[in-house]
Amino acid sequence: MALLSITFFVTIVFDECINTSDDGTFYFDEKLVGGHEHQGSISTTSSVVRGVFAFAAVTSGKINLPGDKILGLAKFFLGIGIPGDAKDLFNQIESLALLESNRQVVFQEQHIVVKISIPLILSLPASVYSLSNKDQLKVRVNTVLGSAAPPLTVKLVRAFSTVAKDSAVIQNKDLKYDQNSGHHVLDVLPDKVDVGIYVFVFEMVLHDADGEKVYATGGQIHVPIYVTGIVKVSNAEIAVLDNDLGSIETQKTLDLAGNDIVSLSANHLQKFRFSFQLTTPRGHAFMPHQAFLKLKHETKYEHIFVVGNAGKKFEIVLDFLGLVEKFYYLSGRYDIELTVGDAVMENSFLRPLGHLELDLPEAPTSKAPRLPPLAVDPYTRYGPKAEITHLFRTPEKRPPTQLSLIFLSLTLLPLIGFLVGLLRLGVNLRNFPSSAAPATYAILFHLGIAAVLVLYVLFWLKLDLFTTLKTTALLGVFLLFVGHRILSHLATASAKLKSA
Amino acid sequence: MARSTSKDAQDLFRALWSAYSATPTNLKIIDLYVMYAVFTALIQVVYMAMVGSFPFNSFLSGVLSCVGTAVLAVCLRIQVNKENKEFKDLAPERAFADFVLCNLVLHLVIMNFLVG
Repeated sequence: MALLSITFFVTIVFDECINTSDDGTFYFDEKLVGGHEHQGSISTTSSVVRGVFAFAAVTSGKINLPGDKILGLAKFFLGIGIPGDAKDLFNQIESLALLESNRQVVFQEQHIVVKISIPLILSLPASVYSLSNKDQLKVRVNTVLGSAAPPLTVKLVRAFSTVAKDSAVIQNKDLKYDQNSGHHVLDVLPDKVDVGIYVFVFEMVLHDADGEKVYATGGQIHVPIYVTGIVKVSNAEIAVLDNDLGSIETQKTLDLAGNDIVSLSANHLQKFRFSFQLTTPRGHAFMPHQAFLKLKHETKYEHIFVVGNAGKKFEIVLDFLGLVEKFYYLSGRYDIELTVGDAVMENSFLRPLGHLELDLPEAPTSKAPRLPPLAVDPYTRYGPKAEITHLFRTPEKRPPTQLSLIFLSLTLLPLIGFLVGLLRLGVNLRNFPSSAAPATYAILFHLGIAAVLVLYVLFWLKLDLFTTLKTTALLGVFLLFVGHRILSHLATASAKLKSA
Repeated sequence: MARSTSKDAQDLFRALWSAYSATPTNLKIIDLYVMYAVFTALIQVVYMAMVGSFPFNSFLSGVLSCVGTAVLAVCLRIQVNKENKEFKDLAPERAFADFVLCNLVLHLVIMNFLVG
């Protein structure tokens, strides 16, 4: 009774407390379990798995756990990659090991009764198949840790394109089992399969009828497959048309597989038309994810246009009359480049088509177009800037040296004139005192004046004001004393002469 | 009439010259000194007019030293002139001492301005 109720409890736990996500994995989250320590979903789920398997080890009879839930648990542990935490890694590997092997086998009345099913995992080594390489579709079936599966057949129930979900391109094909590699192989994709994105639906059919109870296969498994191939580009035509009439001025065909380029010229009154066709390996029209035409001016300004399509044909018409402003009124040579790309296209290309000499009218000065700044090469942005040579203030124009010297000599002329005049006037030194003391004073007076003048010359040459003032003061005191003596002597002498 | 005016001008000039000759010699020396200072100033002005006044303070100091010393000499002449009743009591030696002192101060200032 107790065992039965515990069994019931386990099923309730699995029924009600399990989370599902879109990819079919099942796990337990810590919000529902609770517990004292903070447990992540890995440790919670592995605790549940450990508990269930421990319980199954001690109980007899089958536990009613649906196989898809076991498979979901297995997918959860396989889908989390390698956890960063060592504890989580241990939990992951331990849970996978428990799910791996068939320990819970009980023989009951010559029947094998398995308490918990063993999940079988279907995987594909590659999900991209190339039509040009003529790949083969390979599928592996193993247990969770990679051991061999029991004998089974993998059936491709159907395959449909993601754009046309209702019609199936392949239906009900069996894959052959290759003993050497252990893969189930679909040798040839039928001709209906073109390039594109498909969903293949697989199903595992066990050879042993009882195996359904032992293993959990998971029913129908949807796998996205990319089928790639080489897309043929053909019928490329470039033309320059006159605007209103639509008459063709120049038209050239271009082989886009080769390397040839065209050279065209147009003015703003004309239109530019470019068209080409894309065909899949099976001959159908192909819609690539990207089809762009780029026009790049010599000043590095570029303009990108999307090439539209009508059915199989891709065409773009550029009316230059409307594009004059968009092109910033820049005339000159434009390089044309075409790029066509898609995930399933093995030969996506970026191809220069040639040059277009475009003649646009001058920009109106009132509304001068402000060209947007070009992208700066990031390596030069923080490089050294141009060197600035400092222009010093130009010195004033000085007169030629000779002129200055001439005028210097001219300045000395009046002095000579003065001396000559003095001589003519009969200047003499008769009043110079003859007796000793006054004579000394007279000489000292004259020397003192000369000394002051010499001091001034030194001041002009190299002295500063303070030393000059100091020396001048000293000399001045001396001069005052001496001058007073001699001049007073002269004054008394002349007074005596006057009175006498 | 032109001849008489020119003759008048010549007579005037001769009269002035003979009157000037009567001045005492020391006054004539002072006059000569003044003429010398003025001519030096004139030459400096002509030079500045020719080459421009770029180091303006050098021009100023040159011209002002000439003019200043001329002014001081004129003051000396006034004080020394015996016919000048205002300065009768002033001894000429005293005037000369003033003249020397003022010139020295003037030239100190001029030198400072010339340098700076």
